[in-house]
Amino acid sequence: MTNFQFPNLKHLHFARAQVCQLSNRRLQVTALAVLVGVVVLVVPLPLTLAAPQERHVRIEASRFQFTPPVVSVNPGDRVTIDLTTTDVVHGLYVDDYGLNITADPGQTTRLTFVADKAGTFALRCFAPCGPLHPFMVGKLNVGPNWLLWRAVGVASVAAFAGFWMLRK
Amino acid sequence: MMRHLSMRYELTQIPWLKRLLVSRWPLFLARAVTLAGFVLTIVAGLIGSPVGSHNFAIIFVWIAWWTFLKLIAIPFGGRAWCSICPIPAMGEWIQQGALVEPRGRGLGLGRQWPKQLRNIWLPTLGFGVIGLFSAVTLTQPRVTGWVLLGFILLAGVLSLVFERRAFCRHVCPIGGFIGLYSRVAPVEVRVRDRAVCASHADKTCVIGNEHGYGCPWQASPVSLTQNTNCGLCMECLRSCSYDNIAVNVRPFGADLAQRAGRSLDQAYFGFMMLGSVVIYSAVMLGAWGNLKTAAYNVGTPGWFIYAGVLLAFTLGVLPGLFLLAVWAGRALAGSKASLKKAFIAQSHAIIPLGLMAWVAFTISFAFAKFSYVWSVLSDPFGWGWNLFGTAQLPWTPYLSSITPLLQVLALLGGLVWTSIWVRRIAQEELPEKSAARQSLPVMLFCLVLTIGMLWLLVG
Repeated sequence: MTNFQFPNLKHLHFARAQVCQLSNRRLQVTALAVLVGVVVLVVPLPLTLAAPQERHVRIEASRFQFTPPVVSVNPGDRVTIDLTTTDVVHGLYVDDYGLNITADPGQTTRLTFVADKAGTFALRCFAPCGPLHPFMVGKLNVGPNWLLWRAVGVASVAAFAGFWMLRK
Repeated sequence: MMRHLSMRYELTQIPWLKRLLVSRWPLFLARAVTLAGFVLTIVAGLIGSPVGSHNFAIIFVWIAWWTFLKLIAIPFGGRAWCSICPIPAMGEWIQQGALVEPRGRGLGLGRQWPKQLRNIWLPTLGFGVIGLFSAVTLTQPRVTGWVLLGFILLAGVLSLVFERRAFCRHVCPIGGFIGLYSRVAPVEVRVRDRAVCASHADKTCVIGNEHGYGCPWQASPVSLTQNTNCGLCMECLRSCSYDNIAVNVRPFGADLAQRAGRSLDQAYFGFMMLGSVVIYSAVMLGAWGNLKTAAYNVGTPGWFIYAGVLLAFTLGVLPGLFLLAVWAGRALAGSKASLKKAFIAQSHAIIPLGLMAWVAFTISFAFAKFSYVWSVLSDPFGWGWNLFGTAQLPWTPYLSSITPLLQVLALLGGLVWTSIWVRRIAQEELPEKSAARQSLPVMLFCLVLTIGMLWLLVG
């Protein structure tokens, strides 16, 4: 029977020092950058959004794109999508909402839903329509794409903090 | 500042793990399984359904395997995949004249790989060619089948003509991809004590002995400072007469501190990878149907424009802008160092950003399509089988509510990680204040690139 041996921790060695020591200044800048980054990422913005309204969108599907490729609505809008196709059977799946419809050529299929989740969601073809079917996507913007803008803000903070830490 | 990068935990000090690594059977069995999987993939690709989402070849190669490689195998295991890769297996077995234990000489001319090609320009070119036809390869089972078959045949022929794993080290584009990003992986094979190697005249790790083959990757373990050319095959662990080889766990990105091994071909491969992920994100995840059609319709004017843009962007625009950033940094810092040397050194700092960009790209691509795996497991050829009762499971995108956030975190993590290395590499040659000036334009380059990827993936 093989004897199991636990790892011998004495082999966890450090070549020259035990830990990397950050200077106080670097620690402060890092902490500040993390704080600012978290604020940029999660703090809600005091913006007034437009009142919910009825939105009627006509989307034309053809190999391998939706026209228009991007649909923008406001949070709370009641959205009606009329899907038509010009060549073969296509579908429309709204990511995260979990809604889907399909349309035959020459016919229109309707999908109505309340845009109660904010963000940017992929619109994907739901019916295999050809070789590039897996890549046939559009976008649904429900309100401003805060994730993108916040991410850009955090990226800028990270780059600035990195640069600032370099300075004596 | 970089002392923590020297931290190591030696896995080969754990007796049962060392026995497992020295034994040939675990890797052989794993390789046999992957080979069987690849044979099934090729057969499915060539004779199965032409509909990609119903064919094992497309789903397993481009969804399951490619995702596993980018999200798990490379970031955590470096070249671990190369140790069980089936592509060179048959050629290597013929070359060695044995399946498991060494048995003396096998077949093959054993010629040396040409000196002019001892670099990774061929993988760079290969990855560019793959990019030109990616929209077809990724969606057409027949093409995927033929490409894999071609890879196996090419690897086999090269094994018969040249010594050791010449295909893996100098030709395979996927091997180049893995080698580049294996530098950030937290696992390595290194010698314990260089002095022992210096006094060992026989160098059994290089020429081999009855216990193990000479390094199939033509590396000398004593001079190994980066993971790029180590296939984690464990031959040196078996053949070392002095038990002087260690398999270590280490901090992520430890290789990036190594100045040895930085070269122009490696730098350019990095830009090919970075440029490719930008282009792929636009083509495959963007909402521009015309771009997809242009990438797919090989030979049409639209495809030639796509091909031109891809090659110009990856091999010209991206490295050109980076060169401009390095030049501006040198001017700001008043550095007299060689521009070429600074370009090569700084380009290695963007390896983490490149890897994380691929991770971010893969997250959306893979999670959205992964549910196809269950149906092709039951019906690998798309012939209406239902072997495990999962053939009719509907397509369902996974984790779609958190996918954008994961992508953002991956890209931001890559930016911060790369920024740290931009600074560290600049400080190798310059005092801190000058290094800051040298780094600024490069960090701006990385910031702009990150914002571009953010826009493509979650915009």
